Amino acid sequence: MATITDAVESKPKRQVIERAVVRFCGDSGDGMQISGSQFTNTVALYGNDLATFPDYPAEIRAPAGTLPGVSGFQVQFSSSDVYTPGDAVDVLVAMNPAALKMNIKDLKKNGILIVNNDSFTDNDLRKAHQATNPLEDHSLDAYRVFPVQLERLTQAALEELGLDAKSMNRCKNFFALGMCYWLYNRPMDHTYRWLDDKFKSKPLLAEANKRAMKAGYSYCEATEAFQVSYEIPPAKLAPGVYRNLSGNQALAMGFVVAARQAGLQLFLGSYPITPASDILHELSGYKNFGVLTFQAEDEIAAITSAIGAAYSGALAITTTSGPGMALKTEAMGLAVAVELPIVICDIQRGGPSTGLPTKTEQADLLQAMFGRNSEAPIPILAASTPGDCFWIALEASRIALKYMVPVILLSDGYLANGAEPWRIPSLSEIPQIPVHFVTDPQGFLPYKRNPQTLARPWAIPGTPGLEHRIGGLEKQDVTGNVNYEPLNHEKMVRLRAAKVEAIGQDVPDVEPAGDAEGNLLIVGWGSTYGSITAAVKAQRAAGRRIGHVHLRYLNPLPRNLGQVMERYGKVLVPEMNMGQLSMILRAKYLVDVEGYNKIQGQPFKQAELEGKIEEVLSCGAVGAWKNGR
Amino acid sequence: MNATVPVLTKKDFQTDQEVRWCPGCGDYAILSAVQAVFPDLGIPREKFVVVSGIGCSSRFPYYMNTFGFHSIHGRAPAVATGIKVAHPELEVWVATGDGDSLSIGGNHTIHMLRRNVGIKVLMFNNRIYGLTKGQYSPTSEFGKKTKSTPFGSAARPFNPLALAIGAETTFVARSIDVMQQHLKETLKKAAAHKGAAYIEILQNCNIFNDGAWQYLTEKDSRSEHLVQLEHGKPLIFGKNRDKGIRLNGLDLEVVQLGNGVSEHDLLIHDEQYRNPAYAFLLAKMEEMPGFPTPVGVFRSWNDFPRYEDIMANQIKDVVTKRGAGDIDKLLRSGDTWEVR
Repeated sequence: MATITDAVESKPKRQVIERAVVRFCGDSGDGMQISGSQFTNTVALYGNDLATFPDYPAEIRAPAGTLPGVSGFQVQFSSSDVYTPGDAVDVLVAMNPAALKMNIKDLKKNGILIVNNDSFTDNDLRKAHQATNPLEDHSLDAYRVFPVQLERLTQAALEELGLDAKSMNRCKNFFALGMCYWLYNRPMDHTYRWLDDKFKSKPLLAEANKRAMKAGYSYCEATEAFQVSYEIPPAKLAPGVYRNLSGNQALAMGFVVAARQAGLQLFLGSYPITPASDILHELSGYKNFGVLTFQAEDEIAAITSAIGAAYSGALAITTTSGPGMALKTEAMGLAVAVELPIVICDIQRGGPSTGLPTKTEQADLLQAMFGRNSEAPIPILAASTPGDCFWIALEASRIALKYMVPVILLSDGYLANGAEPWRIPSLSEIPQIPVHFVTDPQGFLPYKRNPQTLARPWAIPGTPGLEHRIGGLEKQDVTGNVNYEPLNHEKMVRLRAAKVEAIGQDVPDVEPAGDAEGNLLIVGWGSTYGSITAAVKAQRAAGRRIGHVHLRYLNPLPRNLGQVMERYGKVLVPEMNMGQLSMILRAKYLVDVEGYNKIQGQPFKQAELEGKIEEVLSCGAVGAWKNGR
Repeated sequence: MNATVPVLTKKDFQTDQEVRWCPGCGDYAILSAVQAVFPDLGIPREKFVVVSGIGCSSRFPYYMNTFGFHSIHGRAPAVATGIKVAHPELEVWVATGDGDSLSIGGNHTIHMLRRNVGIKVLMFNNRIYGLTKGQYSPTSEFGKKTKSTPFGSAARPFNPLALAIGAETTFVARSIDVMQQHLKETLKKAAAHKGAAYIEILQNCNIFNDGAWQYLTEKDSRSEHLVQLEHGKPLIFGKNRDKGIRLNGLDLEVVQLGNGVSEHDLLIHDEQYRNPAYAFLLAKMEEMPGFPTPVGVFRSWNDFPRYEDIMANQIKDVVTKRGAGDIDKLLRSGDTWEVR
């Protein structure tokens, strides 16, 4: 696989390669997320497959130039399949010594390092806790270092515009972006258009950023600094129309479409929380789709308002992250008891408590599974890629409405902010979601169930003759009246569990990717999809017999999962937690699964997974776990 | 517009469920008043939704033959907001108590009120936790001895109406469980109000806090301790209607009528007075020694838009401006490219 680190400098001016990983890093105020997303959109429009990883601090603006203030945006793009944002970086753009210090370890040997050497002053070096200047102390000898006076060159390019020094300095990220466009032979028109739109009311700033970007591009051309530029041809994606989409955007759109397919109004009750807030922002913009967004006074009001909206016949959802999920606990139990359809989206982040608000983790699985008082089972679905968030929103809505249950949808910070090219489906590919409001008072009883789904009827206020009362007190089977009888309680507990189990009839059997049987089955869920897929591909290419099951439904689990696990010698469960799915699988199937657990707020690297696969397959008797039973 | 509404009676609003409040509880009187008022509102029965939280008062929905939702502790205003925003045409009432509304649900209460969601809140204030058997509540008087405060409560009580007025609630009133006629009138006025209404109903818990409001309900003492607020009328009270409330600077004072002080000198009640400071003064009156406790409508301000209408209008406006949402366009929004 050719990448630029294989390229020799004396090659001709333009070289075709297969893939590249670029990371922009700098201060939180340096506009790294903007440079990264602009670069991403441009390569996406060109037709490369890609995956991104924005990684930023929880502080909006930590003190400038310090280590905690470093923000980064990484993108891998390629002419073939891309499953992850990439383990190591081919091109690193570092805007200051702090960013360099925090990111240099990920740059490949012989990789390109573009540094803003205007920032390598004594002051900035001190803020980065650098005793010596890395540009002078030979610590960067393993890389191709390109020190560029980003600030001075940007200022020179903008001289005539009459901007103040601060505004000019803010354009330096576009100078760096221009350099990367030159390096990968990409046109700048998309970013021109974006700037025109973004600074509609401030054309001078649009012009300044354009000039800075052009100056960066021309700088490379004129100085022949890099000697070589690279060409990554478009990927062979499935035919169709594509757009670039982040997980949170996809989730928001998925719910708008779900409401339309169900013929219901969409209601979102939400309280701002990282990294879920973007869903609230997105949906608030979709008023022309009739979307009601209610920014509640707290997490509890966010979910209880959704329960109220569901009671009155809306497709009601609530969006949050771990700490908010904890606050919603009691209300989730209410939704279980009153059997109303809501979707609770948990965009997981590092914890416990406030934890790592901007970093990713998968440690809310057991909370989703068990985090309520008493027996309160809730179906759980998990998205696996940013684009999958669209489809999972539809599926979660469908299950909630069909079975009259609350549904938990798990995403995480990595999916929420990461983006990938998404093939836009035609409307005919999107399933209708049938919904039935009961209207006939004849024989109506609030807890009389559909024998197949065990769903109770949805009788919304305003329907004559259906006046009835629901609530959190235990209900009598069928009538829904308050009832404290021992046997009735046990019956209701079992019915609520049976209803969630019944969803299993809608859960497709799993079919492992890779080998249908073999030495190792990897069972994953959520955002680890990309890294596991890439690692399994590489390991199978090396001759190992590995299957990969990625669980979309975590409760109930696919009905054939136990049998599938039997077909492999070992089962490995990589998770960004302490082994939560492992615990569930062990408890449910008595399978001695092995966990691979990373709890660093960072996604798995492909190499880490491959290392683990090799380790697991090289030690211990294959199939040992089966012998003990 | 109500030509098709069938004539409803009190009986239509009673359920077949056995009422399980303690014999002698003030809640019975409140239930009876509400059941008597609802049929007269000209609203079809299926449009009513009664929502509650947790506590004795919150069993209310089970006894009202309307749509009803007995939710969780303190959250009724939020559940009700979801219902009302999704369906503004519904007539949503919340039944709650001093613990439910002012302690665990304080946050939801103030936010529902400040948003002016068109929900009517009946707050049964008995100054005690009844269903958990007698702990002091956020409206219990300072120093109150209860099971959880055997040496007296150390907390200053909430003044519920001052709180509601502080949140600029557009309709604020007070009545008493045993003042049936007054209570019904107050409920009717609340029903006629478009926006959020907060009605404190002083209610007797004869088991855990019997007689909490006796001074306002006993025949002998009530005229000395109670002043009725009537729009456009002076504030007069006393057995012989010989005392009044007069404004003195930014304070209120009790004056004896006669000796040169006439009704014209007294404060004339104006429930539509714009500045909430006026209603706030009235609400604080009961805390001052020698002052009577006002009942009636403190504040009724009808020209403030309802939250659910603002929400619905925003949707209408955006649809007018951008056209109704097109799913295909939504999916294809932003930059796209084609792979052949």
